[in-house]
Amino acid sequence: MSGFVTVVLFFVGMAVFAWAFRSVARALKPDEPVFRDMPYATAFGYIFGLVAIMGAIWLYALSRDADPLVANKYFFAGKAMEAFVLFTIAAWLFRVVGRSIGTNGSRKLFRQMPLTASFGILMIILYSIAAIFAGVIAPYGQDEIIQGVAANIVPGGNPAIGGNPEFPLGTDQLGRDLLSRLIYGAQNTVGIAFVTTLLAFFLGGSLGFLAAVLGGWFDQIMSRAVDVLMAIPSLIFALLLMTIAAVWAPRLGIPLTLFMVVIIAVIDSTRVYRLARAVGYNIVVMDYIEAAKLRGEGMGYLIFKEILPNATAPLLAEFGLRFCFVFLTIASLSFLGVGIQPPLADWGTMVRDLAQFINFAAFAPQVAAAPLLAAGAIALLTVAVNFVVDWMLHRSSGLKS
Amino acid sequence: MGSVSKIILQRLGLGLVTLFVVSIVIFTAVNLLPGDFAQSILGQGATKDAVEAIRKDLGLDQPFFARYLDWLSGAVRGDLGTSFAAANFSSFVGSDAGSGLGTVAQTIAPRFENTMFLAGVTAMIAVPLAVFLGVLAALYRETIFDRAANIFTLSSISSPEFFLAYVLILVLAVLNPILPSLSNIFDGMSFSERLERTLLPALTLTLIVTAHMMRMTRAAIINLLASPYIEMARLKGISPMRVIVKHALPNALAPIINVIALNLAYLITGVVVVETVFVYPGIGQLFVDSVKLRDIPVVQACCLIFAGAYILLNLAADIMSILSNPRLRHPK
Repeated sequence: MSGFVTVVLFFVGMAVFAWAFRSVARALKPDEPVFRDMPYATAFGYIFGLVAIMGAIWLYALSRDADPLVANKYFFAGKAMEAFVLFTIAAWLFRVVGRSIGTNGSRKLFRQMPLTASFGILMIILYSIAAIFAGVIAPYGQDEIIQGVAANIVPGGNPAIGGNPEFPLGTDQLGRDLLSRLIYGAQNTVGIAFVTTLLAFFLGGSLGFLAAVLGGWFDQIMSRAVDVLMAIPSLIFALLLMTIAAVWAPRLGIPLTLFMVVIIAVIDSTRVYRLARAVGYNIVVMDYIEAAKLRGEGMGYLIFKEILPNATAPLLAEFGLRFCFVFLTIASLSFLGVGIQPPLADWGTMVRDLAQFINFAAFAPQVAAAPLLAAGAIALLTVAVNFVVDWMLHRSSGLKS
Repeated sequence: MGSVSKIILQRLGLGLVTLFVVSIVIFTAVNLLPGDFAQSILGQGATKDAVEAIRKDLGLDQPFFARYLDWLSGAVRGDLGTSFAAANFSSFVGSDAGSGLGTVAQTIAPRFENTMFLAGVTAMIAVPLAVFLGVLAALYRETIFDRAANIFTLSSISSPEFFLAYVLILVLAVLNPILPSLSNIFDGMSFSERLERTLLPALTLTLIVTAHMMRMTRAAIINLLASPYIEMARLKGISPMRVIVKHALPNALAPIINVIALNLAYLITGVVVVETVFVYPGIGQLFVDSVKLRDIPVVQACCLIFAGAYILLNLAADIMSILSNPRLRHPK
């Protein structure tokens, strides 16, 4: 309870300080409109921001000055702040580079871009590189148990606390290199999520456009079926079907991962169907569709040459959001133990396998870093994609204030 | 009001039909499992007679359609069948099935209560916080506060639940032992103790749903700010806070209530991962466990409850948006 009282007193102190700051500033500079017209909340905001920045610097100092061999409570806060500053600088540099090279159009795009969006694009590029060239970048194989090396090497590469400079992120319980597994995880998790999203879009998109063009009973049956499928929460439905698939997969000799791709694609295609049908409906009533129909064009031409090009923008934004959703579903399923199967390295499974090490954070913070790295890798990509989608939506909607 | 009650009745009927079809889908899906429970509980070496006896007791020898009707008529009366795993088989082979302990309703009831408790605690924290922060973000739009809040909420929406859960465990349970990292809840616990153990999973869920609700609140208010009557209020010289709270917020309530209902639906159904991380004895964890044990009656019942809650809350959101918007009451 004393902690609660401290927090309240802290806020009261800040409130008093903000009031004092404004009155002093007004007394010193009576003609300055900035201070004269300043609402109290803004003054409080300045003081709050100042305190937050000072607190961050203080925390960072605490995380630095201790002996590296002694467990440091502020280790994670320090690392998080370093990562934040590093990412900000990287995103800023990336935007500067983007502004100075490339075509006129791309330079203009980069000039209008907020820092979050350039961070998102940079991250997506880095993840794609890691996913495509995983075999070249990763120092070891994804399920390679390295001979002559102990298991459970501590991340950080400091031999004094059980690290090994050859394995900067350490090894897991079986003696597999965690850095390699993280890089291969990009290939497996991101790759599978990407394929699943593509499949969901192909299914949902084509059926949705078809329903919009055909209308009538086809539209009715498809839409009611989609309503029913959407009435079951997606993760619950996916879990149920995955369990059934887990029993069938070995009997049929088909890998479980393939089942997962199809199941999640079907469940997610219902959401895509809704959007595609709604967008398609608005396009179908246009005159140029009427003209194409009168010309006697076939269904394929109507859908792919007339509707699809006009529906690209909303579908592209939806693709980003759907990808995040699929990616998180796959990671959650793997985390619950029914997703991507070993020996494939994948982030959700890595978090589950390494999660127990979090409890050692008080004695050896480096040990607890391993599961957070895998979970953080998932979070970083979805955050990056969301930043880019947010910016795209903001741009296309023209919302300015 | 005649047309309104007619529309509500229509929606309710539609919801019931959806629930009925969903129950068929769930029952069919579960029955796609190859082999059956009797075989798996007795193992490979079981005699044919023993397997047959259990099958007969559990009604597994009946045809598919008869089993579905049996299950559905029971479910309507609140009798969800006998949990396979909880039943004591050594005493029950050859005897009357369902007479002993371990009905599904008994297994699920306390778990359901726990999940509702978790969802309730989360909603109590998240809803006021989200509306408050949303109003603040709308008031101070395009300032540093708004941008920081935007980045923070986007990040917490898009992070996986287990990442947020482990970060909270790390900060609040391991490094600073303020709250327990495991939520083992049992009967006869005092309310405050129960609340303390529920707080960490509730905080994790709060982070996720608050972000979503707050963004919607902000967007709903900002959408209205271009309206002429807001301009009028501003020209009268009312303070910006009053413009938003007194003039904009009441008209923005419809989309806000809608998104709150949808997030409550998420709270009841999307808790699987969070309950697993914190070993919280709720219905989500029961679902995952039963799925692994292939305890078919429990899996069916859990799915039905999840789907029912989901449909109900979506229905509520639907009806409330119709009630609050006269234009939706008279579809063209």
